[in-house]
Amino acid sequence: MTVDSADSTAAAQQARPPRKRAAAKKSSGTSSGTKKSPGGPELIQLLTPEGKRVKNATYDRYVADVTDDELRGLYRDMVMTRRFDAEATALQRQGELGLWASLLGQEAAQIGSGRATREDDYVFPTYREHGVAWCRGVDPTNLLGMFRGVNHGGWDPNSNNFHLYTIVIGSQTLHATGYAMGVAKDGADSAVIAYFGDGASSQGDVLEAFNFGAVYNAPVVFFCQNNQWAISEPTERQMRAPLYQRAQGFGFPGVRVDGNDVLACLAVTRWALERARNGEGPTLVEAFTYRMGAHTTSDDPSKYRADEERQAWEAKDPILRLRSYLETRTDTDEAFFADLDVESEALGKRVREVVRAMPDPGHLAIFENVYADGHALVDEERAQFAAYQASFADGEA
Amino acid sequence: MAVQKLPIAKAINESLRTALENDPKVLVMGEDVGKLGGVFRVTDGLQKDFGEERVIDTPLAESGIVGTAIGLALRGYRPVVEIQFDGFVFPAYDQIVTQLAKMHARALGKVKTPVVIRIPYGGGIGAVEHHSESPEALFAHVPGLKVVTPSNSSDAYWMLQQAIQSDDPVIFFEPKRRYWDKGELDTEAIPAPLHGAHVAREGSDLTLAAYGPMVKVCLEAAAAAQEEGKSLEVLDLRSISPMDFDSVQKSVEKTRRLVVVHEAPVFLGSGAELAARITERCFYHLEAPVLRVGGYHAPYPPARLEDEYLPGLDRVLDAVDRSLAY
Repeated sequence: MTVDSADSTAAAQQARPPRKRAAAKKSSGTSSGTKKSPGGPELIQLLTPEGKRVKNATYDRYVADVTDDELRGLYRDMVMTRRFDAEATALQRQGELGLWASLLGQEAAQIGSGRATREDDYVFPTYREHGVAWCRGVDPTNLLGMFRGVNHGGWDPNSNNFHLYTIVIGSQTLHATGYAMGVAKDGADSAVIAYFGDGASSQGDVLEAFNFGAVYNAPVVFFCQNNQWAISEPTERQMRAPLYQRAQGFGFPGVRVDGNDVLACLAVTRWALERARNGEGPTLVEAFTYRMGAHTTSDDPSKYRADEERQAWEAKDPILRLRSYLETRTDTDEAFFADLDVESEALGKRVREVVRAMPDPGHLAIFENVYADGHALVDEERAQFAAYQASFADGEA
Repeated sequence: MAVQKLPIAKAINESLRTALENDPKVLVMGEDVGKLGGVFRVTDGLQKDFGEERVIDTPLAESGIVGTAIGLALRGYRPVVEIQFDGFVFPAYDQIVTQLAKMHARALGKVKTPVVIRIPYGGGIGAVEHHSESPEALFAHVPGLKVVTPSNSSDAYWMLQQAIQSDDPVIFFEPKRRYWDKGELDTEAIPAPLHGAHVAREGSDLTLAAYGPMVKVCLEAAAAAQEEGKSLEVLDLRSISPMDFDSVQKSVEKTRRLVVVHEAPVFLGSGAELAARITERCFYHLEAPVLRVGGYHAPYPPARLEDEYLPGLDRVLDAVDRSLAY
């Protein structure tokens, strides 16, 4: 069990030297083998893997108001999200989706941070933030259109202040920073949160976003889910210093939180968002977690990582952890879990039905919304295409 | 005073000033655009008058400039970003192509990204590497972007106004070697449509189609040809995407000959597209194949060789002679 010390400010954490292992370990060409890293002594944790609440003088106050009912709500969010994710994975295997990027294992990082956001905050996700989308009130079936191949987005970003999924790694961190610069210009007290992964941390855009965010003191939280693997590349191939420590070089605090601890993720993200709202600028939150499945349904983790590694992380499962806490420390009765089973099964069924009934877009959708103000060439090609399609209809008639 | 005689750089400055005055959502962003007023002084005095919140000096990071401009546009702002030189746009190319160009379509029309990207482009100023390129075809090839380039002060002023008002992303190429060419600007005129070509000189024997810095060369070529008794029509295309093929067709149906001139490499350039389209549209009108004059398939050369690389009067007139010889 590792708990942050009571007086730990972000700056104090940053001052700590790199973990011995990270500094000493020679990068090797092989990526297999169990990684021992528990996230280091700097990991913020409020719930142990056994579901025991541990005190944290810095962050406890950010979850002091969380009632047992709200804890059950977080649990429900995680279970529903996992059920949705499992259904999407199954639908891909059945040929209903072209691809799926599973969030299995990252439910706490996403639900904890997602539930920390306020309605008027704005979220810039990658393509794996199904749990954050859930927290923002986006109908999960809307997330599946792009994976089924009927659109490249499929929801109005401004309906839930949840931007479109971004496939190019790290691009959205700059959009989030620019948006946050706009929020500050407007004098609004809302905040922006940008999600990205450990692999994206190698991209120049992410580092440019850190720098713009810092230089303009933008109200943006950079939320990195370090799930240990960028497709088949382990973190050793991405970085030689702990990720959260990068923030120091840009002039804002960075913290590492146990990404499988929903309560800690909620607390730390609330703290970071509060800083943003108070005009204190960006924060980097590194949620130290694990992607239990494949990067997407296209890759096979058994080719690049050891089973023991996954098994070690299964013991830290975010859902089991909160369940243990709910069962032992609250008056949550069995009916709650039983009802949730029924509810999550209903979600799976609905997702299945909606996906299967999802219509292909009309042919002319190719030409829709290419430009806001129109474009002569698009108009011309649309007309030619429509005439070509119509010629087949005539032939059949 | 509505009508004044101004160099192109000053006309752009006036245009930015007007846009900043008219719409509080307009922002000017880029490297050195504030206190210095830009390396070409195009943004001179704007930060002094509109403040650091409207005219924003940025870190030296092109992807960051465009990426944050996208975010600002999503928040309702209308950023006008300056890329310092043509060859420096490539660090931002990913953001422009994978993000800016596609966001409206991906959001099924629910969001708009009205970002204008100003790029001083082209050669002829004796600069070092990466300071003299003409990458317009690379942007015109990307659906979702609009690409325009003025050749004179009036267009510089008005086309920039129109680009800023457009809800689409616009790549605004500025012919940097013409920045100090003076021309008339009527700030109370009714401007021509942004994407229409303009007949810069009427003629009957052959059409020269050009844009940006090459319009002046073509006008000089037409004047020289006049002395030899040849009547050349000069079309200023103004917009590269979309391109006004109708106006070119109309001119070619009259003159029956077309020579396209641009600084960019000829291979797969905007002249190739125009040649193909006009051949399709005007096959029975043409007396000669459409000819192209432009840069070579080689990196932009060192300054001491740029006069050989860039189309000049002689190369244009040579192509005119070849066309007329058919």
